[in-house]
Amino acid sequence: MSRETVLHKVRTALGRNAGQPVEEPPPVRLRIPEIDIEARIASFRTRIEALAGKTYAARSAREARDYAEGIISGRTAVASNAPILREFGITALPGVQTGVTDREELRALCATAAVGITGADYALADTGTLVLLSSQQEARMISLLPPVYIAIVKRERLLTGLDELLTVLPHPAEQTSSMVLITGPSRTADIEQILVRGVHGPGEIHVVVV
Amino acid sequence: MSTLFDEKIHDTLADPKLQLAIYKATGRLIEERRKAIEPDICPDYQELRTQANAVKRHTIEHLDYYLEEFARNVEAHGGKVIFCRDAEEVSDFVLSLAKERRAGLIVKSKSMTTEEIDLNERLEHHHLESVETDLGEYIIQLAHERPYHIVAPALHKTREQVADLLTDKLGVPRETVIEKQTMIARAVLREKFLAADIGISGANFLVADSGAVVLVENEGNARLTTSAPKIHIAVAGIEKLIPRAQDLAVFLKLLGRSATGQWLTVYTSFLSGPRRKDEIDGPEEFYVVLLDNGRTKVLADRERRQSLYCIRCGACLNHCPVYRKIGGHSFPWVYSGPIGAILTPQFLGVRHEPGLPFASSLCGACAEVCPVKIDIPQILLDLRSEVKKAETREGKNRLERLAFRAWAWVMRHPRIYEIAGMAAASLAPSGDGGWVRSVPLSAGPLRAWLSQRDLPPAAPKSFRQMWRER
Repeated sequence: MSRETVLHKVRTALGRNAGQPVEEPPPVRLRIPEIDIEARIASFRTRIEALAGKTYAARSAREARDYAEGIISGRTAVASNAPILREFGITALPGVQTGVTDREELRALCATAAVGITGADYALADTGTLVLLSSQQEARMISLLPPVYIAIVKRERLLTGLDELLTVLPHPAEQTSSMVLITGPSRTADIEQILVRGVHGPGEIHVVVV
Repeated sequence: MSTLFDEKIHDTLADPKLQLAIYKATGRLIEERRKAIEPDICPDYQELRTQANAVKRHTIEHLDYYLEEFARNVEAHGGKVIFCRDAEEVSDFVLSLAKERRAGLIVKSKSMTTEEIDLNERLEHHHLESVETDLGEYIIQLAHERPYHIVAPALHKTREQVADLLTDKLGVPRETVIEKQTMIARAVLREKFLAADIGISGANFLVADSGAVVLVENEGNARLTTSAPKIHIAVAGIEKLIPRAQDLAVFLKLLGRSATGQWLTVYTSFLSGPRRKDEIDGPEEFYVVLLDNGRTKVLADRERRQSLYCIRCGACLNHCPVYRKIGGHSFPWVYSGPIGAILTPQFLGVRHEPGLPFASSLCGACAEVCPVKIDIPQILLDLRSEVKKAETREGKNRLERLAFRAWAWVMRHPRIYEIAGMAAASLAPSGDGGWVRSVPLSAGPLRAWLSQRDLPPAAPKSFRQMWRER
């Protein structure tokens, strides 16, 4: 509609011409500290717990599966199509539905399920953050609609922080339409600054580090 | 100063409950921010600010280039970019799309830009239901009010008032427990999310090299708004651009810390285009509306264009001694506090509320806490000068100019200055408890100014006398 008008007004305001090149922007500022994996795991768990999330360090697939089973405890759950969940036997737990590839079907399922379970592409140690990229394997709704959320993260996926994530993944849009960073349970403090968890997204989150 | 501005200020000052609510909320936000930027938590905080300022300066100075790069990349990912000059063009676009797609229900996540153009009202006028889904925004939409604060829109509402609103508007039994109020809103809004045809969000950042819209939030309503309906429209001011996804490493750290003291907010969404072929969910259509609405006017001023660096963290509001007394609704437009005091006159013209740039003590707290280092006090001074020039052109401040000319003349003549000083001291009433509470001019043009201020009594000897006797 007004594309050329607005661009013309911008150029006039700045005294620039159409197609005029730009000087180099300031160099990006990314700092990656050297932190060993055990310290990263410790920091990751501390941060999530500080935000009232729960964490569990599983030594084996079996431990991860047992932990998930305990959380689900007979309720209905939706698991994403992440290979790790099948590999660990989580998709075979009672009450768990998985393998959905239709948008509407998945949404309806997530709207009624008690628990959502996904993998995580990365995790950030310094802030306690999960990083999920939308794909054939991971859908947006599973980590969002059910009131309880479980994420299974492989320990080698733990990065130091946002700076390392954006170094590993300088152009997220080349891979996905949606990259989401999740730092703790959904929360609000909009009435009298009183903290309430689980306002729209899950109020309870469990992160299993394997 | 307009009468309306003056009245709203006095109403706020006269309401002790409201005063306490503002004081507590901003005080808490000040404290949370302070903790999150402590040197052992965030040792490079000042370097981050310097970098953010440099990146924003570069982007704004070459905005046309980055707008074009952004639009190209959105389109490369299957989205569409719509440039709009004003509010009407935005609502025309949304209305025509809604009509084409037979859409009736819109869910919205928090966006100051859509507040700026009264988008909800415009859509409702055409019988579209447009529901705010951020809890605070939902409350003020029910109350038909404007956001009280950039990041805490319902800061002024008590649980009692929220209870009344929910009962009145939703017909639910009265509920004063905040957790339960939140769950009532969750249940109502969940239905809306699942039924909505269109989701409208704002944008915290637009990433040029990715064609991506970045949204930060804590509730999950922005994720639902942008993922549940089949159509996602992001409405953003043209100044929201940053060049590279990697720049987010700086801006995300500053935004959460400055706004609420969070190292990162609960959810950060990086969205580019509609869902890809192999993805399971996400919207089928993706639009980014880029709004001018006065921004190119701001851009034309070399000094003042830094106002467009703002990332809407609200830190300047929390730290402003004026905002903390007069609150958000005293301000004449949607943007309140120090940033509102510089944006409003630039967007709407200095004559819209000529008192606004003067409603500041110029203490500099706003500039000190601004994560992108906008020199707000300097811009306020600049705007004051513009207001006065406009008044002079209109012949409105003759008396004031005369008084200052007389003052200047007296100041240039030491003997006359001394006589005038002695005369004033002998005429001044003696102090009541050490302070002069009224002076003869109280009924004149200085009445409003003096009504809030007491003078110290005149010293027995003037400085000049003491100097001579030394």
